[in-house]
Amino acid sequence: MTRPAVLDRAPEAPARRRPTERRWMWLRLLIALVIAVIILVPLYWMVVVAFTSRAELLGGSFRLWPRALTLENFRRVFDNYPVVAWFGNSVAIAAVVALISVTASMLGGYAFALLRFRGSSTLFLVILSTLMIPVQVIMVPLFNLVTGLGLYGSYWAVILPTAGSAFGVFLARQFIIAIPRDLIEAARIDGAGHGRVFWSVVLPLCKPLLAVLFFMNLLQTWNDFAWPLIALKENALYTLPIGLLYLQGQFGSDYGGTMAFALINVVPMVVVFLAFQKYFVQGFARSGIR
Amino acid sequence: MTSPVTTAAATAVADPAGTQPAGGGRRARRRTSGGAGETAAGYAFLTPTLILLGVFVLLPLGGAVVTSLQRTNGFGSGSFVGLDNYARLATDSLFWRSTLNTFLFTVIVTPVAMAIGLGAAVLLNTVLPARGLLRSILILPMAISGVATALMGLLVFDENNGLLDKLLGFVGLPTVPWQSGGTAAFASVVLVTLWWRLGFNMLIYLAGLQGISPEVYEAAKLDGAGGWQRFRYMTVPLVGPSTFFLLIMNVIYSFQVFDLIFVMTGGGPQNATSVLVTYAYDTGFVTRDQGYAAAIGVVLLVLMLAFTAVQWKTSRTRDQVG
Repeated sequence: MTRPAVLDRAPEAPARRRPTERRWMWLRLLIALVIAVIILVPLYWMVVVAFTSRAELLGGSFRLWPRALTLENFRRVFDNYPVVAWFGNSVAIAAVVALISVTASMLGGYAFALLRFRGSSTLFLVILSTLMIPVQVIMVPLFNLVTGLGLYGSYWAVILPTAGSAFGVFLARQFIIAIPRDLIEAARIDGAGHGRVFWSVVLPLCKPLLAVLFFMNLLQTWNDFAWPLIALKENALYTLPIGLLYLQGQFGSDYGGTMAFALINVVPMVVVFLAFQKYFVQGFARSGIR
Repeated sequence: MTSPVTTAAATAVADPAGTQPAGGGRRARRRTSGGAGETAAGYAFLTPTLILLGVFVLLPLGGAVVTSLQRTNGFGSGSFVGLDNYARLATDSLFWRSTLNTFLFTVIVTPVAMAIGLGAAVLLNTVLPARGLLRSILILPMAISGVATALMGLLVFDENNGLLDKLLGFVGLPTVPWQSGGTAAFASVVLVTLWWRLGFNMLIYLAGLQGISPEVYEAAKLDGAGGWQRFRYMTVPLVGPSTFFLLIMNVIYSFQVFDLIFVMTGGGPQNATSVLVTYAYDTGFVTRDQGYAAAIGVVLLVLMLAFTAVQWKTSRTRDQVG
């Protein structure tokens, strides 16, 4: 009667599988491998180009691996551009957005999941519908607003318009609604206010959700492009994707330098993502999005 | 007191019956409406979200509607021109081209991305060697920024130095003008999008498949249902809520596609890949015709709302999501 963990459902015992199914397994493995190769080839090629010398790239000979690995592309990028500052900007902005956004999403999710109040379903729909508003639709007045508030060109010009997350509120509501009602009622009967129920009962049960929300926001902000492109004016305040575009414009067809910088942009999130991906499936599965 | 409560809750949460959102929602709805205290608490908890979304999304949205009725370059106050900007759209061939491209992109990418995502999820939910590693690889593109993805796309689809044309040439096939041919450029953007989005679609379907009890399949197998029958009449309906969620998300993402096109093609060649979002950006921030840009944005939003409303109305599984 014990249920396997959500993620790692135990495979069926091999003895129960018929030989035909085992034959099919190789076909399925083959298909999966083909998809995996298609996913990996561009990534592999990015790494190869980033570590290939400029001379060899310009030589135009086509090789699937470089004659010699070199760091000269990275050196050139670091020498010519404030890469460290851009990296720091990205970290700071993504971290602050993720913190604000997770806090707001959890509080909002709690309200929609557990509190009955006038206008709650209308508000919920309004909040969900903001998902549908592309930043390009509102960029002109948003730009004017941010400028009017004296924020244009600062970190906050990126952070504040990015930190509200309808998706986060939605996910939090779905997750919190699945928490057994009795627990909350029991705490309420013991005299706990909503602040206390939120902090002492709901939050401790929401660890996979917190992980999902935090990393979804981190990822999204780290990779965000359209709004930071508009909101940041000074070179020194750029985030990595904006820097990447700027550098591509400056470097032109210097694919080695561009890809070296792209790696600096990509690798941190890939590492974080791989470390936390099991929470992603869990968080979504338990949020009832299925 | 905390520890036994937590354990009990953890067990309950791990039990799929307890996680059925529809059941939870119904239970919640049956409760009597809260009093004034609960209303106050509700709004207090929502304050951060309401401020952030209200001030930085809804307020500018109102501003966008107002701006769309003006002629303005963003400096100083504009002049009110009524519906002139919208009338101009009707005769603007680039606008129609961008609208058509946006629709084409959405209509092609959404079903294909979902089909591949479902296929991959089913594949990687079965007994397979190195299943965990394969899952990680397929999900990986989710972590990569649109700009980096687009640059990788250029690396693969570049006409002179691109990997793909070199490979095609190597095996003796004719090369494809991925950057100068309109259809080919559009195809390259679609292909890169599919590559980028496979992981998300697979992830959500995987989460959906985890919720299906294996016993259901065992029963069907005993009743003699074949593999395809089990997929068609069990898997597909059972992941219905995931499908609905993904349909909405894919349509939203497709309507809003920007990074990839902006970096890979810039809307070219000859506007073959121009979509409403890139057109609005160019109009608002390059030619600085901001009233007109706002009008394009409003049309885009209306189209999205209509699209989503139709999906909402025609879906039978939405209640299990919302």
